Amino acid sequence: MGSGIDPALLRRLLRAKDRMDAASEEEWPVERLASVSGVSEAHFSRSFKDAFGVPPHRYLLTRRIERAKALLRDTDRPVIDIAFQTGWSSLGTFGRVFRDITGQSPTELRAREQAGAHALDQVPHCFISAAYRPNLKSAVSEKRRQEAADKTDPEATETSEDTK
Amino acid sequence: MSKGIGVVGLYVHDQDEALDFYVNKLGFVVHADARNGAYRWLTVKHPNQPTIELGLFQPQEPVMDAATAQTMREMVAKGAMPPLVLVVEDCKASYEAMRKNGVEFTQEPIARYGGVDANFRDPSGNGWKMIQG
Repeated sequence: MGSGIDPALLRRLLRAKDRMDAASEEEWPVERLASVSGVSEAHFSRSFKDAFGVPPHRYLLTRRIERAKALLRDTDRPVIDIAFQTGWSSLGTFGRVFRDITGQSPTELRAREQAGAHALDQVPHCFISAAYRPNLKSAVSEKRRQEAADKTDPEATETSEDTK
Repeated sequence: MSKGIGVVGLYVHDQDEALDFYVNKLGFVVHADARNGAYRWLTVKHPNQPTIELGLFQPQEPVMDAATAQTMREMVAKGAMPPLVLVVEDCKASYEAMRKNGVEFTQEPIARYGGVDANFRDPSGNGWKMIQG
């Protein structure tokens, strides 16, 4: 059933989501998103999560990984170029988050995707990419903790650095 | 009367606002605008497609219960409704003209896969993909 959120507010929150969709490689700090939606910074993240099910920075991660997957599949560009093009400032962070979310390294995913045949020529591009979007229901840091509880990585937290 | 799809409907937040958008900003024409109390049957047509009506309907009682109507309004505002595709002659030219008219584009024209495409939304949140045909 409905969330009880005013549809006019949802429409403005959608605008922030649209902006991230259009330029997921850019930095999207909360103050920028909040100003797109005309919502106070204090309320933005919570409202966004109530509306779309995930916090805004995690939504941005899914879009970046989705784009990176598409570029790995559809181009032969070096992984480091794809990392920078999709908004990461370090190849290490990109590789780590990519593996945490998809379960494979960028190189492994490229090899597997390019080996498979795809008959999706008739489907408009954006719908294909939405279908390939990773479904990030838990925080990356949480996923990491579950999968590698024995390892200690001081950088293995879902910091805002990952989304900048 | 040609056989095939006659009406496909969209849910909109406000029918006056939707009418202004689809007619004055996209160039559609009004086909039917009939009221019965609070209910309004409103459809528009693309000028090149005289046999297909696009319905601009408000989720409302008594067609559905109040809670369902509220849910539908939320779904539309969140952009969760199904994909819509508008085919145009020249995507960049349409983009320029529509943008000047105040249409909210969510993706500017991109040339890829042998075509050009852009995205826009209606005031309610319904998302359209605009493809060069």
